[in-house]
Amino acid sequence: MSIAPSALPIGMRGIEKRFGSVPVLRDLNLDVEAGEFLTLLGPSGSGKTTLLMILAGFVRANAGSIRVGGDEIITTPPHKRNIGMVFQNYALFPHMNVFHNIAFPLKQRGVAAAETAERVEKALDLVKLQGLGERRVDQLSGGQRQRVALARAIVFEPRIVLMDEPLSALDKGLREHMQIELRALHRRLGMTTVYVTHDQREAITMSDRIAVMNGGRIEQLDKPESLYARPQTQFVASFIGESNFIPVECRNGSVWYEDRRIHTAAATPAAGQYLMVLRPEKLRLLATAEPTSGVNVLNATLSDIIYQGDSFVCYAVLRDGRQLTLRDYCRSDVLAKMPAPGQPVSFGLDAQDTILVAAD
Amino acid sequence: MSEDVGLPISHRQRLWLYCLGGLVLLFLIAPSIIIVIMSFSDSTLLQFPPQQWSLRWYQTYFGSLEWRDATIVSVKVAIMTVLVATPLGTAAAYAINRGTLRFNGTINALLTASLIVPVILIGIGTFFLYARIGLNNTLTGLVIAHTVQALPLVVLTVLSGLRSYDMNQERVARSLGAGRVAAFWQVTMPQIRFSIVSGALFAFITSFDEVVVSLFISGGETTTLTRRMFNALRDQIDPTIAAISTCLIVLSVVLLSVAQIFGRRH
Amino acid sequence: MGAQTAVMQENAGRAGPDLNTQALRTDARRESLRLLALLSPSLLLVFAIIIVPIGWLFWLSLFDEAGGFSAANYARFFEQASYIKTFVTTFKVAFIVTGACVLLGYPLAYMLSQLPRRAASICLIFVILPFWTSVLVRTYAWLVILQRKGLINSWLIDLGVISQPLSLANNLSGVVIGMTHILLPFLVLPLYASMKTIDTDCLRAGMNLGAGPVATFRQIFFPLSLPGLASGVVIVFVLCLGFFVTPALMGGGKVNMWAMRMEQTTSLYSNWGAGAALGVVLLVVTLALLGLFQWLLGARATGVWSSR
Repeated sequence: MSIAPSALPIGMRGIEKRFGSVPVLRDLNLDVEAGEFLTLLGPSGSGKTTLLMILAGFVRANAGSIRVGGDEIITTPPHKRNIGMVFQNYALFPHMNVFHNIAFPLKQRGVAAAETAERVEKALDLVKLQGLGERRVDQLSGGQRQRVALARAIVFEPRIVLMDEPLSALDKGLREHMQIELRALHRRLGMTTVYVTHDQREAITMSDRIAVMNGGRIEQLDKPESLYARPQTQFVASFIGESNFIPVECRNGSVWYEDRRIHTAAATPAAGQYLMVLRPEKLRLLATAEPTSGVNVLNATLSDIIYQGDSFVCYAVLRDGRQLTLRDYCRSDVLAKMPAPGQPVSFGLDAQDTILVAAD
Repeated sequence: MSEDVGLPISHRQRLWLYCLGGLVLLFLIAPSIIIVIMSFSDSTLLQFPPQQWSLRWYQTYFGSLEWRDATIVSVKVAIMTVLVATPLGTAAAYAINRGTLRFNGTINALLTASLIVPVILIGIGTFFLYARIGLNNTLTGLVIAHTVQALPLVVLTVLSGLRSYDMNQERVARSLGAGRVAAFWQVTMPQIRFSIVSGALFAFITSFDEVVVSLFISGGETTTLTRRMFNALRDQIDPTIAAISTCLIVLSVVLLSVAQIFGRRH
Repeated sequence: MGAQTAVMQENAGRAGPDLNTQALRTDARRESLRLLALLSPSLLLVFAIIIVPIGWLFWLSLFDEAGGFSAANYARFFEQASYIKTFVTTFKVAFIVTGACVLLGYPLAYMLSQLPRRAASICLIFVILPFWTSVLVRTYAWLVILQRKGLINSWLIDLGVISQPLSLANNLSGVVIGMTHILLPFLVLPLYASMKTIDTDCLRAGMNLGAGPVATFRQIFFPLSLPGLASGVVIVFVLCLGFFVTPALMGGGKVNMWAMRMEQTTSLYSNWGAGAALGVVLLVVTLALLGLFQWLLGARATGVWSSR
């Protein structure tokens, strides 16, 4: 079974959705490339599931356009969209066995019995459920149900597959295993996939690109590594990974934190107020408070140290009362120089790791 | 100690409660039992327990053309009511369950109106209306009137089935290529069929046992069993009615058991 | 920042905010029409059989027998003693029957709620079965039991308790007994349902805090069961007001209730205006009671009707 050749791009333009007078999606634009694994990531209420439901045709937008490979589908009924869908609770049909669940889309398309049997068998192979066709749905484990739902969504070789938090009902170990398996399956079949989750780690593990959503808008659309390394808004910086923020100001072509000049690797943005993103793992303890070239130094007072076995976390307070967090591995050279709580400390941040974002 | 409740009150301390509750249960069930037993009496006098046993009242019932015709009318009307009320009620429940229509509250109130409006008023009103359009003493008229009375029960029963059904299943069926009708028939319907069957059974009993409206709008060749019984009871206490009542009680027991069995399998 | 503004410019160049609005609105309207189509046969029937005739009758009630527009049909209720007597009888029966249902139904529902699940479901059959047995059958049963030569009288005479038969049927007591029997399940079922939802932990906590069984019942269980009791009471009372079969068969012509009066006025005397006026007032009282109850207790009332 190969789906790659028929994978199609999706282009969404100006999607608007209001529930009553409450806006859920506002003028949303998003392009999904053919064969791409794109994740909609965001907190609950960010509109990610609504967007997925609009894509599938279960929720009607108030305005907008969805083109799949050039065809407008915004008013196409769901059964004519040819989009596979996996729900959070799987929505397997309890009155049918595994075989008939997976054969359902083929039956709707009038596929002959022999071919149906063959394709269901292949789909079962693909999700590693060989020989379970006769099982009743309630005899399956959570992971198996998940696989049946997946097999059912891909057996008819849809142009697009949509998944709404499909792994959230599984326990942690199985979930991580399924993430890798889903990813491998996607590589193999190459169908355009839109995946919804609120779990940033899951999004980073699986996606080609991630659209971070907040308040009905896409805050940033990027590759997972760029999203982490170069967040563009305070929301993205705090939603993906841990961050502390300190306010900085841009004037006369350079960046200032209080009276200290901040070194950045990127070009200095336009004049105005910004926030500097401080990731705990990017900071390091300095032996001296003296400024070094290419390193930004922050002087603070150590308030607490928490050992976590392989690593430790330092909490410090800046002069203006803002909290800083630093995480590092427990190496003896670092531990030897560790000051005691209450003593002054200096944290260093390399210019390459110094990120500025606009304040929300 | 009661295992469900586990309060530190012993069953012995509660004995008075069980006695009282038991007496009330007896009050509820005894009349039916007495009627069933008396229907097998040989005597025209209503003695209890009967001195002699016989099936003579059943013979009178089944032998009488009048009673038989009335029974046939009632059965016909009840079956037709089921056939009309079940699909209509199911369709209405489905639409209400979607909950996207603007006047859902008003629609609900309208559909359950026949539970709230006093039956006597419905009876007089229907008679008044039917007199103008010539539907009094017709099967059609009876079926329409009984359908209106059975509708809320079907709607409420099917609605409770739909509420415990996961609508995502119908959604997923749609995404897999099933049209609206196909998704309903192949996925939703098999999963709410027990509620639909229960609703149909309730519709049957409602129609078959309906008295007040039938008193006004049935008569002549379309006299229902309940109307004939009502008239007979106004005149005298005929033991034949004990036999008919027993049949009605058995019917209720059977239909309720069927509903119960369906419900449990669900 | 940089990239974000780029994205925004890109969007602005591509599409306005109201793309396909018209098509989507048409689609939404079509969907609403489809749902309405599913509802319309039922709504149409209810409209034709309930709303239209009642509206028509109400219109008729506004005219006197000469065809003039007047409130005569309503004024009669206050002027004619026979009407006043009917209302008094109706409310008297309704109060007695409702009271009897509370006295019998509360202990029964309480017992059912305290029994283990299996025992309770067996006992419930004894409540539900009469509930689904024809009102006529049950009225007939009480006629047989209560009449002059009925079971109760013949047993009591045999036992030598009385020498002359008591008149139990064909009067108020017969009506009250029959109606209580018929309406009792309407009180027990919602009351039982609401008692089942009372959290046992509340009761345990009460006992734990030193309240004895009686105090726990009085101060915790009983107040928590009141909403269920209230809904049962309202249903029974409202059904009493419009009850027809039992008083017509067991009243012996001595107990003239509201619904019987309506039947006589329309069938016997063909006075549609007067009968309609009675019906309108009955409907208004019923709706007022239900509305008052709903207002006092929130949306529970509607749920109770569905417990049947």
